[in-house]
Amino acid sequence: MKNAVGREIPEEILKLTGKEPFQGNNYKQGVPFRRMGPIIRPNMDNQHSKLVGSIREALEKCHAHNGMTVSFHHHFREGDLIVNMVMKEIHDMGLKNITVAATSLGKAHDPLVPMIEDGTITRIEASGVRGKIGEAISAGKLKGLAIMRSHGGRVRSLVTGETKVDIAFIGAPTSDDYGNLRGIGGKTNCGVLSYSHVDGDCAEYVVAITDCLVPFPNFPAHISMTKVDYVCVVDAIGIPEKIATGAAKPTTDQRKLMMAEYCTQVVVNTPYFKDGFSYQTGVGGASIASTISLTKIMQERGIKMGFGVGGLTKPMCDLLDMGLVRVLMDTQAFDLDAVSNVINPAHHRITAGAYANPFNKGAFVNRLDYVILASLEVDVHFNCNVVVGSDGVITGAQGGHPDTAQGAKCTIVICPLLQGRIPAICTDVTTVTTPGESVDIVVTDYGVAVNPNRPDLLEALKKADCVPLKTIEELRDIAYSIVGEPEPVEFEDRIVGIIEARDGTIMDVVRQVKPIPEH
Amino acid sequence: MNPNLKRLRRSMMFLNCQKPGLIKDPYVYAPDSILLDLEDAVAEREKDAARYSLYHALQEIDYRGVERVVRINGLDSDLWEEDIRCAVAGGCDAIRIPKTETAEDVRRVEAAVEAAEKDYGRELGSTLIMAALESAKGVMNAYSICTSSERMFGIALSGGDYTKDLQTTISGTGVELMGARQNMIIAARAAGVQCFDTVYTNLNDMEGFRRDVQTIKTMGFDGKSIINPRQIPIVHEIFTPTQKEIVFAEKVVHEIDTKKAQGIGVFTVDGKMIDIAFYDGAKRTLALAKASGVYKGDI
Repeated sequence: MKNAVGREIPEEILKLTGKEPFQGNNYKQGVPFRRMGPIIRPNMDNQHSKLVGSIREALEKCHAHNGMTVSFHHHFREGDLIVNMVMKEIHDMGLKNITVAATSLGKAHDPLVPMIEDGTITRIEASGVRGKIGEAISAGKLKGLAIMRSHGGRVRSLVTGETKVDIAFIGAPTSDDYGNLRGIGGKTNCGVLSYSHVDGDCAEYVVAITDCLVPFPNFPAHISMTKVDYVCVVDAIGIPEKIATGAAKPTTDQRKLMMAEYCTQVVVNTPYFKDGFSYQTGVGGASIASTISLTKIMQERGIKMGFGVGGLTKPMCDLLDMGLVRVLMDTQAFDLDAVSNVINPAHHRITAGAYANPFNKGAFVNRLDYVILASLEVDVHFNCNVVVGSDGVITGAQGGHPDTAQGAKCTIVICPLLQGRIPAICTDVTTVTTPGESVDIVVTDYGVAVNPNRPDLLEALKKADCVPLKTIEELRDIAYSIVGEPEPVEFEDRIVGIIEARDGTIMDVVRQVKPIPEH
Repeated sequence: MNPNLKRLRRSMMFLNCQKPGLIKDPYVYAPDSILLDLEDAVAEREKDAARYSLYHALQEIDYRGVERVVRINGLDSDLWEEDIRCAVAGGCDAIRIPKTETAEDVRRVEAAVEAAEKDYGRELGSTLIMAALESAKGVMNAYSICTSSERMFGIALSGGDYTKDLQTTISGTGVELMGARQNMIIAARAAGVQCFDTVYTNLNDMEGFRRDVQTIKTMGFDGKSIINPRQIPIVHEIFTPTQKEIVFAEKVVHEIDTKKAQGIGVFTVDGKMIDIAFYDGAKRTLALAKASGVYKGDI
């Protein structure tokens, strides 16, 4: 059955998952559902201790079993030690058929591959996967399905009970012995614990893992003792230098600077750029450069931002320090400046649910004026692909891409026309992860294309005569004229993963890649 | 006369032919010319591969109006003649001769270019020549080099080798380059060709680069060799006439034309004394403004 972005979703997958094909962004607007509540085991005995001596003991006390689902957050990014530590213990216990429901998995988790191969892990649910796990899934090594969903989509899947987490492991930079957790302090300061709130709310068991036990009460707690069953102290939960590094140096790549300048011109010449506007951007070189050049124009014109949201970086925190943004809403700290900036009273931590859950009564993304995003591929329907490489191998994560793209009034995607020899602007993306209806403007090094369903934005940019305007088809044609039109990637029939839309419907499927014959 | 002799050449960007990623689409940065390098940037054992990339790039890539100049290997090597054949066969716009010391050097290249044009069926005289002066001798012979060929569009200073020959080093102040710069711009102007300044290699000092460009612009240079696309916007900004300069030049041309008809030779514009001597300069400003895309008037 074809879905609303023209992708064929096989019946067998619809049957297997019980899902519907994607039917457009607002398909579930106002459709009621019952929120899932977890089983709670009360603690009223004042002699009861939550401290456990080891991960193994925690697993045993939480009745770890074959076929269970365990969850993790990715606030420690490529410095994370928790996932591997817990999964090794599960593997050593001989448990099988485990579902890993992480907010994201990266190269740090390459050691999970043998556990995929031996059947310890048979399902993965994550925003996306990088590194060897992605290669293993694409090679068909994961027995069950990989489900890739956005940050907002993950919260939805937990609160609706679609994903039922048996044990949530929350790495906490600091914890007291009763499970009050904070994202700051300790050796592995990550600033916030936004992605784990929903796990605290929905998992049957919640285990805090820390390497910095502090006196009770660890307050104000980011995740409260009221949600935590056990606390386990280990030597190290992360590698600090891989969690948050110093702020990325502003890019010196002229191509990125050009795209950043186009992006800034698009922002300042569209109607939402006025006092009190809201804005989110990413960590790419062009995004950061764009924020820096936007700052100058805001100062010149005396325009201040109402709020900035999302994963935060130094340039966004600088805006706060300069008084150019009223408040920052933080879901993730990308550099040390962002981590240390959380002490600013106008720098607020928010949960992933408040940030992006489409099944809330309202999320921050819905109030965005601008979001600046990147993409591996964009097609002539403005569909974006941020998960599957042009070689068909899973290599990225949705993150908040589909959430913010749908939510923002003006969604700008920065994408160089060519990624090496691959045309990034193409007729059809390898895999749709964000639907074209969410994407308003595509900025490339060869010019800027406006989605035809936004004539208002096109008109504003034409009037301002500030960027080289092209149609998306023109950009595609230039790309193909330079590197040619690539042959479609060859896949096997087997479906190894699904790209879930924010509302839980199926945006696309990911198939096993055909091995490249050896010569 | 080849109409491209006098084209706008504010920025001439070096690109290593050994690196296809660099030569595939440099036009996105909008330099006036690219210098496709077969010489110093290319490793000795990669010369063949670089020529191969160059030929196919020239044949296949639409450089969208950016001038394609090929820097060949020195005349003291056994590489330069084949470089010229590849470049001309590919259809380059011009050849840059490194380490030029005499008018005879230019004439040798000219003969090879002409032979290649015949061999590969290219229009005779379509390939222009520029000469890089990299030694005291070359600088001393600047005028005869400038006037050595109909194909010659300009000379460029190559500061690294030149300062070595002078037994000094690049100081960042420009003092060591002063004599060469002065001599070359005078020679070029006397011969009616263009003059280009040497590269600025410190990419971490954009302010120093800006001062350097300002200096050579004031001296009369037509443009500068550059090594990174980041330098392009700065060169273009400095070489592009300001709105104030454009408006003034427009007035000067208009007033001179009007007053001439009235039999008046000298008069004032915006409080400045103006006579016919200002006419060519004002015309040049407007032509540069037009070429830079900031003047849409009809003078």
